Amino acid sequence: MTSDVTLLGIRHHGPGSARAVAAALAQLRPDAVLIEGPPEADGIVGLAAEKDLVPPVALLAHAVDDPSRAAFWPYAEFSPEWVAIRYAVERELPVRFIDLPAAYGFGDALDTGDGRAAGDAPDTDEPAADPVALLAEAAGHDDPERWWEDVIEHRAPGADALVPFAAVAEAMAALREEGLGESRRDLLREAHMRQRIRAARRAGYARIAVVCGAFHVPALAAMPTVAHDRALLAELPKKARTDITWVPWTHRRLSQAAGYGAGVASPGWYHHLFTVEGDPVPHWLARAADLLRAEDHPVSSAHVIEAVRLAHTLAVLRGRPLAGLTETLDAVRAVLCDGSDVALELVRDRLVVGDALGEVPDTAPAVPLQRDITRLQRTLRLKPAATPRDLDLDLRKDTDAARSRLLHRLRLLGVDWGVPARSAVASTGTFRETWRLCWQPEYAVRIAEAAQWGTTVEEAAVAKAIAKATSTARATELAELTALVETCLLAGLPAALPAVMRVLADLAALATDVAHLAGALPALVRALRYGDVRGTDHGALGAAATGLADRICVGLPPACVGLDAESSAAMRGRLDEVHGAIGLLAAGGAEANAAEADAAEADAAEADAEDAAGLAGRWAAALRSLARREPAGGPATGAPGLLRGRAVRLLLDDGRLDSDEAGRRLRLVLSAANAPADAAGWIEGFLAGGGALLLHDPRLLALLDEWLTGVSGEAFTDVLPLLRRTFAGLEAGVRTTIGARVASGPLDAEPLAEPAAGELDRARADAAVPVMALLLGVRPFIPRQAAGRDT
Amino acid sequence: MTDVLRQHAEDAFAGELAALAAQDDRPRPARWKLSPWAVATYLLGGELPDGTLITPKYIGPRRVVEVAVTTLATDRALLLLGVPGTAKTWVSEHLAAAVSGDSTLLVQGTAGTPEEAVRYGWNYAQLLTRGPSRDALVPSPLMRAMADGKLARIEELTRIPADVQDGLITILSEKTLPVPELGTETQAVRGFNVIATANDRDRGVNELSSALRRRFNTVVLPLPASLEEEVDIVTRRVNQLGRSLELPELPGGAEEIRRVVTVFRELRAGITADGRTKVKTPSGTLSTAEAISVVTNGLALAAHFGDGVLRAGDVTAGVLGAVVRDPVADRAVWREYVEGVVRERDGWKDFYRAAREEER
Repeated sequence: MTSDVTLLGIRHHGPGSARAVAAALAQLRPDAVLIEGPPEADGIVGLAAEKDLVPPVALLAHAVDDPSRAAFWPYAEFSPEWVAIRYAVERELPVRFIDLPAAYGFGDALDTGDGRAAGDAPDTDEPAADPVALLAEAAGHDDPERWWEDVIEHRAPGADALVPFAAVAEAMAALREEGLGESRRDLLREAHMRQRIRAARRAGYARIAVVCGAFHVPALAAMPTVAHDRALLAELPKKARTDITWVPWTHRRLSQAAGYGAGVASPGWYHHLFTVEGDPVPHWLARAADLLRAEDHPVSSAHVIEAVRLAHTLAVLRGRPLAGLTETLDAVRAVLCDGSDVALELVRDRLVVGDALGEVPDTAPAVPLQRDITRLQRTLRLKPAATPRDLDLDLRKDTDAARSRLLHRLRLLGVDWGVPARSAVASTGTFRETWRLCWQPEYAVRIAEAAQWGTTVEEAAVAKAIAKATSTARATELAELTALVETCLLAGLPAALPAVMRVLADLAALATDVAHLAGALPALVRALRYGDVRGTDHGALGAAATGLADRICVGLPPACVGLDAESSAAMRGRLDEVHGAIGLLAAGGAEANAAEADAAEADAAEADAEDAAGLAGRWAAALRSLARREPAGGPATGAPGLLRGRAVRLLLDDGRLDSDEAGRRLRLVLSAANAPADAAGWIEGFLAGGGALLLHDPRLLALLDEWLTGVSGEAFTDVLPLLRRTFAGLEAGVRTTIGARVASGPLDAEPLAEPAAGELDRARADAAVPVMALLLGVRPFIPRQAAGRDT
Repeated sequence: MTDVLRQHAEDAFAGELAALAAQDDRPRPARWKLSPWAVATYLLGGELPDGTLITPKYIGPRRVVEVAVTTLATDRALLLLGVPGTAKTWVSEHLAAAVSGDSTLLVQGTAGTPEEAVRYGWNYAQLLTRGPSRDALVPSPLMRAMADGKLARIEELTRIPADVQDGLITILSEKTLPVPELGTETQAVRGFNVIATANDRDRGVNELSSALRRRFNTVVLPLPASLEEEVDIVTRRVNQLGRSLELPELPGGAEEIRRVVTVFRELRAGITADGRTKVKTPSGTLSTAEAISVVTNGLALAAHFGDGVLRAGDVTAGVLGAVVRDPVADRAVWREYVEGVVRERDGWKDFYRAAREEER
């Protein structure tokens, strides 16, 4: 019996092609539909009939042994293939995918020499030379996309739905005759397609519709002998064992270079073209207006009318049959967005690309990510169990390190199977980790959702980390980003680091709030240290950390101005953290330089060393400038005493200030011109975290003592709580010793004037003692001695 | 040869306009001298079938000109926006010359622009002797454009006081200008339209009301797209200015111009030229025109007070002045840029040092 084969050459993801295919199928009424796609999918194509399978979706094929070798065939609602699939499954017609099986793509031998393994989607589309581009060039158009749109996509189907396909086939035949590079792979694929068409004929179908890329049409129209095709296909390598399933897809991913060739730049626009009847422009502009209104741009109907007119007139000026995306966007920019590219970007993102997310029914086969997790659970001997249990890991052991990485990666993917727990074995070593494991049923869903990120845990975690980083847009999230860097290191995802660091550097550059920068630096320096331990490459990390530190140095002094008590306390904490971090950073830089010094030119090494020292130096300069500021309450440059005192202390600890200078500063602060409250704050900042200083340098203590005895009664009540807090923070031993010193008599190096004997009123002195004891935090009573202080 | 210092566009390029008109067989809107396509060609340059070369008047994206011409063809008013020095006035003059053959119907917007400038005034001598009549009425350029079906131009629209701006709304939407004193009106004939220019940065001066705004299609004229293009513009203008100021030709200029333009472009764009590092953007415009003035200034410094070679030190003061408009925020931006970008850059050591000097 004879059977009628109609070849429908399409452009993948072309809405015009999709309409044409729909019209052609309605006219042909085939009894079998053959589609360019992986034959493995024949078994699951029936799922397309379920209402839970909502495009955009993709066929995902992967090698069973190695899920990272995978390939995608995405379909959107406007994909001609999808139209054909739906047509067939609705009428319960047989659907056959006729392309070369994906299984061959996972063997090594079939690589066409371009070095890209089948881990990337196979180029099911155009070969290296784009036939559409050549046709467009022949027609005198510089933009192939636009040419195809004008000629095919923007053309409504005429009376005979098959005419456009004949025209395309003819054009492609002319091109193929000129012999533009069909690759070896193309020839193989076409041979396979022909074989499958023959098989369909043999099966006795009368009217067969074949939906394939326009490029392949001439090769399928001319049927060589069966023997010829067999000979070609004989050279195929062994098939890899392959699984295939449907996965949800997004418009955004369609727009990236994934799947079919270069991807579609404007899936949202295509979707609109496909779904709207009649002139697409007014409807589209109304949607844009709606979107802009929702974002608080005043856009009226009059605007839309004018935009439509402008788009149509532009199309005339440019000699196009219909207003396309370019004209429409130009009109949106000029009329709706007041010429602003920012608002236009919104339209581009939401409408031109769009947020559509596909759905896949539960009955679809398991995703490869799930398989990878199961495989890892088996090899790492970690059984998922619903009852919580604790797991101690010793990261020095390989298995435990791998387990830790798996748990960290899963957490990144939103599968909180393991949660870090406080260790039962009290240990703070960096090589020990404790997890609490608890498997919840809903993790299966999370894994299915995470499947869009990749086919293996590592790949998915890398993709997720990068996506997470790039979606961080605000500088306030800087600390989250540095935490992400830390997570990437813990989870062993060096591949994600460059992208994350890039975003980090960008955000840090735009951050105006030193507090955010300061919050981010310590984690980054920690990560750097951790990276050192693990031997990961940390060049980018180091550069980012140094850049961050530099920015903090520049911004610190102005940022400490005009703070209230609460924020200055917070700033003090940051000051300490940054100081520590910069210390580590500068030290690391110096070591590295010392190591390099032999190899590198002496000159360069010197410059580097200067640079590392330069960071510490710049930080010291920033602290100095902070310490020099006016007291709070002064002009706009006033910095709180707490921070100034802290800056002096940090400089003193680093030996960048000697104790004479510190004493001078203290004296200045404590001089009568200053508000006592500010002075008390200064003292708090100066003494915080270690009061032994006062013991080593009795002069400081004497100064303090002298000031305290000098302040007026009211001022004393004011500063008392501050001083109490300061001294309460000192170490108990130091406190006691200071108390003893103060109690034991004159502190000044110079001899005091003779105590005026007889004038001492013991009763009044006694009354002051409890206050002093409270002030100094000395609980036991102070033994009063004969030569006691004359208060 | 003419004694006029600067000719109108329609006179200076009369030959090109005539050649275009002769060979333009596409449909023309009413009272247009050329078809929209020919107007676009006139601005963007090209070659006519008979070999006449049309010089490009505007060097920049084609899209900008196409949208502008199309807007005029749809009888919507056109608003050209852009920072100073982006050829707004130039484009509007040439559009008027090509479309109407007349670029002189011009209203210069200032803070003191009176209502008479956009509507009509009175010849008071006539008014007193003969009473109100058509003869006593002094039409504004806008009113004349309405009567003749030509393009009127309004420069610096956002500098015009808000109440005067409001007078435009009726003209643009009803296309009519009532004269209640005489009980008549002037109705615009086909071909009338308005091209307004406004400065991007001045939006705050007299921002357009949304009622007026929606009568305009807005086209933003971009800054030069590439470093090379901008360096070229700056070099040309600096040479012209230098000649008219009679500054001696100095060596070392090309390198410094490139650096100044690089600094301006990077700070303007908020990203370094290699696209690897982001930087903060200061509050100043940093337009091409300012880069020109910085370099000219540096040349004068080098010629009169320096060693005759344009050096980094001669331009950094000017750059600092252009960048730091807000003494606190911009200074921080500049210092970050100097420390973060300039310090690391190969061959920029002298510039870094000069910039550090300037800070002291």
